[in-house]
Amino acid sequence: MATSEVERRRGQLAALSIAAVVIMVGVPLWWRTTETYRAWLPVSQINELANMQLQLSADVEVVFARGTVTPEQQKKVPLTQTQDEEHTVDENTALRYRYEIRYRTATIMEEDALDQPTAAEADLSLHTLSESPCGSLVVYVIPESSSLLPEDMDVYIGQRRTALLRIGAQMRVGRTVEQLLAHLEPRIKQVLQVMSFSHTDITAALSDRVRLSPGNKESIADSMRAFKSSPGYEITFSLLNPDPKSHRLHWDIEGAVQTYIQPLLTKLAPVANFSLDSQTLYYAMLGVNPRFDSSSSAYTLNSDSLAHVINPVEARLGSNAASSNPVLNFLLYVPDAHHSPLYIHDNKKQEVPSNAFHSPRWGGIMVYNVNGFYRPEAVLPVDININMAKVMGVFLAQLRLLLGVQSSTAPPGFLMAPCGSTGLADWELDRLMWSRSVENVATATTTITSLAQLLDQIGNIVINDNIAEQVSSAVTSLQLAVAELEAGNLGFALQYSKEAIMASERAFFDPSLLHLLYFPDDQKFAIYIPLFLPMCVPILLSLLKIVSEARQKRREKQAKKD
Amino acid sequence: MKVHISATGIHMEADTSTPETAVPSSVPQPKDDFQEELVIRPLHSGDIYASFQFRTLWETDFMRGNKVSHYRLFPKSLGQVISKFSVRELHISFTQGYWRTMQWGQPFLPSPPGAELWVWFQDSVTDVDGTWKELTNVLSGIFCASLNFIDSTNTVQPSASFKPLGIGNVTDHSFLRYATLPREIVCTENLTPWKKLLPCGSKAGLAVLLKSEKLFHSSFHSQAVHIRPVCQDWQCKTTSWELRQTLNVVFDLHTPGQGKREWSLFKMFSRTLTEACPLASSSKIYIDITDNPQGEQFEVSPATPLLSQAMVLGDRRTFSVYDLTQQITFGTVRSLNLLIRWKSRDMLRPLLHGERYVAGYGLQTGEIHTLMYNNHPYRSFPVLLLDSVPWYLRLYIHTLTVASKGKDNKPSYIHYQPSKDRVRPHLLEMLVQLPPNSVTEVTVQFERALLKWTEYTPDPNHGFYVGSSVISSLVPSIVAMDTNSTREQPLFSSFFPCKEESSYFVRVYTEPLLVNLPTPDFSMPYNVICLTCTVVAVGYGSLYNLLTRSFQIDEPSPGLAKRIANIIRKMRGVPPL
Repeated sequence: MATSEVERRRGQLAALSIAAVVIMVGVPLWWRTTETYRAWLPVSQINELANMQLQLSADVEVVFARGTVTPEQQKKVPLTQTQDEEHTVDENTALRYRYEIRYRTATIMEEDALDQPTAAEADLSLHTLSESPCGSLVVYVIPESSSLLPEDMDVYIGQRRTALLRIGAQMRVGRTVEQLLAHLEPRIKQVLQVMSFSHTDITAALSDRVRLSPGNKESIADSMRAFKSSPGYEITFSLLNPDPKSHRLHWDIEGAVQTYIQPLLTKLAPVANFSLDSQTLYYAMLGVNPRFDSSSSAYTLNSDSLAHVINPVEARLGSNAASSNPVLNFLLYVPDAHHSPLYIHDNKKQEVPSNAFHSPRWGGIMVYNVNGFYRPEAVLPVDININMAKVMGVFLAQLRLLLGVQSSTAPPGFLMAPCGSTGLADWELDRLMWSRSVENVATATTTITSLAQLLDQIGNIVINDNIAEQVSSAVTSLQLAVAELEAGNLGFALQYSKEAIMASERAFFDPSLLHLLYFPDDQKFAIYIPLFLPMCVPILLSLLKIVSEARQKRREKQAKKD
Repeated sequence: MKVHISATGIHMEADTSTPETAVPSSVPQPKDDFQEELVIRPLHSGDIYASFQFRTLWETDFMRGNKVSHYRLFPKSLGQVISKFSVRELHISFTQGYWRTMQWGQPFLPSPPGAELWVWFQDSVTDVDGTWKELTNVLSGIFCASLNFIDSTNTVQPSASFKPLGIGNVTDHSFLRYATLPREIVCTENLTPWKKLLPCGSKAGLAVLLKSEKLFHSSFHSQAVHIRPVCQDWQCKTTSWELRQTLNVVFDLHTPGQGKREWSLFKMFSRTLTEACPLASSSKIYIDITDNPQGEQFEVSPATPLLSQAMVLGDRRTFSVYDLTQQITFGTVRSLNLLIRWKSRDMLRPLLHGERYVAGYGLQTGEIHTLMYNNHPYRSFPVLLLDSVPWYLRLYIHTLTVASKGKDNKPSYIHYQPSKDRVRPHLLEMLVQLPPNSVTEVTVQFERALLKWTEYTPDPNHGFYVGSSVISSLVPSIVAMDTNSTREQPLFSSFFPCKEESSYFVRVYTEPLLVNLPTPDFSMPYNVICLTCTVVAVGYGSLYNLLTRSFQIDEPSPGLAKRIANIIRKMRGVPPL
């Protein structure tokens, strides 16, 4: 009996050790060899990004001209002052605006500059004296008696980063420094909101992150009009000639682009890269038939049919073969001889003076009538030179709108300098850069967090090293961009935010994330069932048997004791 | 789509240099030019060969530093491709069906079945392979074709067969890439983007005839785009870029049951012509009437007094010309519907043609035979043969034999680049002298490789295609050829530049091959896993049994007689044995 007992123990030990080997070596080995490769992602940093505390800092220099402060007051004026403004946009996003205001009195050269006869000249000579860096502002406080501004205007906003602010009449006598500063503060803030950033702009720029409350319909439409921020844009001018048999059109697009568009784009170079081209499309028809209006003996397109114009034309425009940047289309449509003149009517059935319209995030269309050239004696086709000044004026206005350069309506009492030959003032560029940096940061954080979420949810996507690298570089750039915004270095902030957005998009759209060569877990288990089932059943049975025997033995011992 | 009306524009001071005028004198001479042409040749087999050619010439420089490009007649998408990828020459063709040289003679522009792409890059390109990959992807988007399947395994760099056809005498073939996709199916979705490249689209001119339901109901259809820089004048002082879009189609109208052999524009294309493209500087239809001087074989109506002679493919041919820019061509009904009635037929043999087939049996080895025919009665001439074979057919180059008239014919030049598995194909190029009136046979043996299971195409039992061989040659000409490429001549005769008067350039494509590879059962991986697991489980089970069972000596069971005896004893109430 003893030998059989020894034999039984040996069998039990063998079963136990096999079970141990299978559990401790086999299962981990199988697990490791069938696992997908997942590189490490900076998850905690990404989660930090999901909670965004964005701080924007703007430097303002307030310069008191002669006759605005007395020498005693001058000593009491603080050197710097910091003002904070906090907004909570939603539970994950908070905004803080910090204005760092430095006070000083004007230098002699600046006084000379301010003695110029007109505000525009003063603006120019102040600019030649010193150039303020991107994102900062200089506000010159000028005495009430100054002749630089017309009577009813209090503020002049120049073409660069300077503004002239006329001190109020009630501040003339019996004022203390505190009173003076308290008087100036709201007005400086108003200037800041026009020239650098306003809360509405910044929340609009955050629209990728934050669902806008359905409030003002007009402002949502405004924010949807401009193109999304992108590292580059393609601008295409197309001349649509549906009737080459009756007119031969000539447009000096090369010269017009050089004269009117290129200066603006050169100025916008820090925001994005632009490439320009143009084409002529023949037999390109509009999608709708214009209605004949017998009262004015002209054809009309009313505003609700304009939406149908674009789609059929778009098929002919052709996609851009050389890049994947968004395309801004500007179409000049010359109606055929049987449908001209053609006028666009607005909602109130009035003729639109520019005869043009634009479609948000797509481009603009202008109708150019040439019916004046069809004389009865003319031989078809008629050669026609297009007046590019007229056309480019309209396209330039549409381009500004579509790029998000808002010509914000000036508050009462503000006088704005007309935009110069470049079509864009320095402060308008700053405004654009503020909102573009915030938009880039918002888009990149959304992309990165949703990518991290996706990878977290689908456990068997392979994460290659290059994706992890892109994600890390996007996170680093984002942190740098946020830090630069906080420090008020607008140029660097925009640069880093662009890098962040490019890296995040590259990671998100990497083809290796779409690869089909991974198995869902259930299929993996199904394939290995022929191995697992015959292996596990005896192990389990013998383990059960060992357990039941041990239990029986204990019961027997118990019984013996009793 | 929501639109906004912009009521305001920015006021610009009017530039006085561009006033709104209708004075033609201030109009600059356009630097681009568009021509269209249709050649119709009644073939001896009774079929009709129609060849469309559209040529856009543009005096510009795509390689300028500045990025601004303004397009008028030249399509923007192709212009962007040229400047972005620094392309010197681009030739792409999509073909459905095989050109039967023996029955139809030489085509004006040869092309192999499937898709073919060959590109010469500018020598400023540093990463040619990367640029080539990107270019094929972009082109596949433009032409809606599967050109994105071109990769290093089907791309070769021929050393001699594909010389630039435009200006520029480049010899460094590291800037050349050549690839064919013999499996590519050509259909309407390729024709539509091709038509979009034309300035007039399919709205006016000869392109109104291009209706896909008729074009693809034919024996042969081939459409191509050729871009190259060409000389503007005899001294080549100014150069311009030429975009040539060609479409060749062979209609099989000799169907039995139809009885009458009659052919018209309307019957072929279900359209008639009403106008030329207003942008075209010339718009002509040519009908080859060389074999029909007295109208004994067929008659053409309406008749035209205009006749033209052109040197094409080493022969002087006579054509009836219909000039669509002249209103008189369209007659009183304002539409042109050409009509040909056949009377009789005969046959002419082409001087050079090629054939190819796979020989051998079984799934292990095989032999590729390429036959090249020289039908010239007394002249021998050299030909360049280019073969690009995928890596999964492993060529045994030592078995290469070239024989003419039963004798060994030693090639004077051989360029062979062996394949690398999954990286690049075999490339075999050789210069062979073809004796007069002979057949030259090139044979090479190969072994079929086993592919990985993910490398098989979706329908592996259909077989694997091997692209056509290309035979390029200067064939002796019967008449003196015109070597001045800038002289005004019909488009169809001016594609291949002619360097000498006594010969002309011909390119012949052989049939593509369809080779069967050993194909596994594709549920095999799962079966293998199951089988292995079961074997492992059985082995493991017996081992486990041996290890865990406790063995003891058992008394042998009693025999059958004893058991029966025991049962009986039990019934009797007696103790068992």
